[in-house]
Order: sequence, then structure tokens, then C-alpha cells
Amino acid sequence: MKRLPWYLRDAIFLAVFVAVLLAAAWGLAALRFPGIAYYTRILVLIGINITLAVSLNIINGHAGQFSLGHAGFMAVGGYFSAFLTYFYFSKLVDRYPSAQSALLVVALLAGGALAAVAGYVVGLPSLRLRGDYLAIVTLGFGEIIRVLILNIEKIGGARGFTGIPHWSNFFWVYFFAGITILVSLRLVRSAVGRAFLAVREDQIAAEAMGINTTKYKVKAFVIGSFWAGVAGGLYAHYLMYLNPSMFTFIRSFEIVVMVVLGGLGSISGSIIAAIILTILPEGLRMVKEVLHSDKDPRMIIYSITLIVLMLTRPQGIFGRRELWQVLPRRKDAVPKKERDDAAA
Amino acid sequence: MPLLEARGVTIRFGGLTAVADFNLTIEQHELVGLIGPNGAGKTTIFNMLTGVYAPTEGTIVFDGHSTAGCKPYDITAFGVARTFQNIRLFKDLTVLDNVKIGGHIHYKYSGTSAVLHTNRFHAAEDEAEASALELLRIFDLEQRAHDDAKNLPYGDQRRLEIARALAARPKLLLLDEPAAGLNDRETHDLMATIHDVRDRFAIAILLIEHNMELVMGICERILVLNFGKTIAQGTPEEVRANPVVIEAYLGEPVEAV
Repeated sequence: MKRLPWYLRDAIFLAVFVAVLLAAAWGLAALRFPGIAYYTRILVLIGINITLAVSLNIINGHAGQFSLGHAGFMAVGGYFSAFLTYFYFSKLVDRYPSAQSALLVVALLAGGALAAVAGYVVGLPSLRLRGDYLAIVTLGFGEIIRVLILNIEKIGGARGFTGIPHWSNFFWVYFFAGITILVSLRLVRSAVGRAFLAVREDQIAAEAMGINTTKYKVKAFVIGSFWAGVAGGLYAHYLMYLNPSMFTFIRSFEIVVMVVLGGLGSISGSIIAAIILTILPEGLRMVKEVLHSDKDPRMIIYSITLIVLMLTRPQGIFGRRELWQVLPRRKDAVPKKERDDAAA
Repeated sequence: MPLLEARGVTIRFGGLTAVADFNLTIEQHELVGLIGPNGAGKTTIFNMLTGVYAPTEGTIVFDGHSTAGCKPYDITAFGVARTFQNIRLFKDLTVLDNVKIGGHIHYKYSGTSAVLHTNRFHAAEDEAEASALELLRIFDLEQRAHDDAKNLPYGDQRRLEIARALAARPKLLLLDEPAAGLNDRETHDLMATIHDVRDRFAIAILLIEHNMELVMGICERILVLNFGKTIAQGTPEEVRANPVVIEAYLGEPVEAV
């Protein structure tokens, strides 16, 4: 089979992807019904959470390094990109309005790059640690970042960073979510991704295969932090406001829950869990209205749902597989299943 | 020049001398056995040869590289591959992926290449796939290529581990009790496989084994270890006849015959 040159094939892919996104964004903007702003907002938050969950899945799911600091990397990217647009880029856009999108992308990538640097700085010394110890170090890192930001007056400190330009939208959020998914998918099906998986499965065996485990752990951390930083930037430029209290360890924890719920290592699992866990707390607002109660059982139901899901499917929605591996296949599905059953 | 030369290798854990003044030379294409009672230090020697432990004293030279104190992944890149006493497969990955990971050092391309699916990526991946399948064919595991490694029967897991080690295209293969837990028929097949692997891939093999039939049957030279010291070495016939070995390892002289 003859392959198209990679740049051509990817260019076509990108063009189709952008066209679909533009059409969706245009359709969304054309919709007129009460509450559309609210639903659009939830859609955008879903997109941001997908980016966060898929990027954390590279660290926690593929490379098997339990990080509780994702909100910290998100904060680094969010604040840095907002700093750039607020203090520098918005003046440029006043003069050249057409440069807005390009400058947004530059700010997002710069935010991602700084988050990646932070990931490298945290990763290099702490990735000698395993399991619980690493989790505690990353948790501490997230808090350090938050307290640092709290004390920088230039970017708002405890009052929060206000007046960030509203440049982020449905299109950009899903554009970057799509790119993150693509990067993650292609990485995991390459030698790099296989090295991540080997590190997760058995570090001693991985080293015996010639894999420098520390190098690959740091690599996973840097890639994951980069996309968390980009997501932070998208978040900042959508809400137009940042506050250090948005990036507590609880935020990190929410992202971890998405990854675990979806199935550690499953990209499609992370995506679906991100969607469910963004919609669920919003959807549960209705419960209060139905009950005609002044008490809101929303978070109780949310927590119980998580507990039930984890009890019934401790391996996550898809386990370590992907959506298309779980769905029954038409042809070879039967013999494969029989083999699995026989082996089990 | 020998392929591997270990001189005066000693390792101490606190006050315990696990291996003392160990000397070993392995020539190209040689099949050497390392035997000894439990706790004699055999696996410790493997761990020093592969960089898991750094010897307290002594030198190890492999193929012109001084490897004492090198990291395991560097030593693999020099051309030493191994299997483990208690199987260490990547259990949740497919059989095929296990072998592809075994060849990791040969498929170098950047993460960017992987993300952009460049020609370099496709070339490397096609080669990885082809050579992994070829290895699986040799080990008769082709049918199971897409099953999870943990679902293979025990004997197949042992053979998969050898296939994975060979994917690194080593010059020296270290097998740590390859026949442990195998029945007689499987052990016989394994003996043939090890012999065949040595000839087909033109490599040297050093193996630890408790199964005397296997060791005596295929090794050209045997080292006997007891309490961290080399007590005898020679051809299987010499070792079998050596009274020190019989006393230390094989048991009472009357029963050993």
C-alpha cells in the first residue's frame, strides 16, 4: 500500500478537522434558545477537561507515575499566557486586530512551554521516587505554585487576575483538545509510548530492555505538563479571570478522578470520563428543583456515583483498553473472545 | 579477545560477601552454564553483569566496554540481554508489544517523528513489527501475537521472555533458570530451542539452571559456585566427576552416579 507523504496526509487531516470545528462553532453561534450561553460554557469546560484528563493520562496512565500536581502545571500555563496577553499582546491586537488568533496560539504555547519547564524541574529530582512518595511530592509542588502566585502582586495575587482578554472560544478549546488527543494516541503507539508502558509495567525489566526509565518518566511529565499548561491558558482566556483558589489540590484531584474513572491508560476512557464528570455536577442541579428542597444533594449524589462506579468497575470504564477495543467486533470478535474466556 | 571478561569481581552487602573474587571469561558463541546450590550467588552475578548491582571490587569488560557500575540500559545497548528467574514480562501488554519493547534500542526516532508519523517513524515501526513477528514465528508464538502476555501458558511466557531478550539483538544472552517450572517435555524442547538460538543468532549464552539434565546436556563449559566462590569449572564431564562438586552440590557420591 502506498502512503501519502506524511505532511500532505496530516495537512489534509488538519484541514478537515479545522473545517468540522469551524462548522460546529458556527452552528453553535447560530443557535438561539434560552440558556444557550450556559450550555456553550459547559461544552467549552468539557473541552478543557478533556485536554487536562488526556494529558494527565500520559503521566498517570501510560507512564504509571502517580501525579497529583496537574492543577499546578495548569496554573503555570494559565497565568503565564494571561500575563503575556494582558501586558503585551492585547496592545498589539488593538493595533492589528487580525493578529489575535496567532497571538493567542503563541501565548498558549508559551504557557505550555513554561509548564513543561516546570514539569522538567519537578520531574528530574522527584521521579526517582515511586508511588505514594511521588504523589506527595507532586501534591506539594502544586501547592507551592499556588502560594507563589498568591504572592505575586503583578498578576493579581490573592485578588485574582482580572481583565484577561476573551480570546479563547469553542473552536480553540476543541482544536487543542483534538491535538492533545492525537499527540497522545500517536505517542502511545510508538517506541516512545511503548517505553512509557514498559516503565509502568515493570521498571527493572524496562531497564533490561535498554530503556532509561528516568528519562522516559521525565519525558512523560514534560509532555503531560505542556498540555496542562495549554489547557490552563484556554481556561484563562475563556473565563477572563484567574484566581489561585482555582488551582488547589482539589482541582488536581478532579483530573485524577477523570483519568482513574476512565481507566488508567485509556485515552478514550479519559475523554468520556471528562465529559461525564463535567456534565454530572451540572445535570444534578436539576435534582434540587425536582425535590423542591432548599438543600442541594448535588455533591452527595456526585460522590456516591463515583463510589458506585469504582466499586463496580475498579479498573475504570474501559480498563486499559480503548473504546474501539471494547466494542464487539464484527468478524474476529467471537474467536478472540472465546480465547480470552478460555484463558481466564 | 574474549566477549566477556570478569576479573576479581566481589560484592558485599553490609558484612555479607555474596560473591567473592569471581572470574569468568566467555568467548564468542560459547554456551556456558552457571550452577550452584540456592544462595550461592548466581543471580547476584547476573545482576552485576547486567548493571543492576555495581560490584564492590573487580572489573567487568564486555566487548571492549568496561561495564562495572554502568546502568542496565547502557549495558543492554552494549549487547547484553537477559531473562529473569521470576518471569518479568510486561503482563498487560500484548505479546507483540513485549517483543517490540525488547528491540527498543534499535528503533530510535524522536517523539516529534512519532507524533507527525514521518517516514522515519514508518520505516522504524515497519521494521520493528516485521522483526518482532519473525522472532515470534521462530518461537512459535505468532498465533498469540495480539494476546496479553499474562494470558499465555507458563511455558510460553518463559519462551516469550527469551524472544523479548533476543529482540535486543544481543551478543551475549543471560538466561536465569529458563527451565524453572517446566515439565520434562517442555524442558527438552527448551534445550533444543536454546541450542538453536545460539546457532541461529550466533551469540554466546550464559545460563543459570538447576536442571542438571539441561545444563549437562547443552553447556560446553560449566562453572560451579558455592557460598559466593567458584569451586570448580570445566566441561560437563569434568564437573560431573569432580569430587568437590559432588560433595557441595550434587549430594552424596553414591547417589550422584
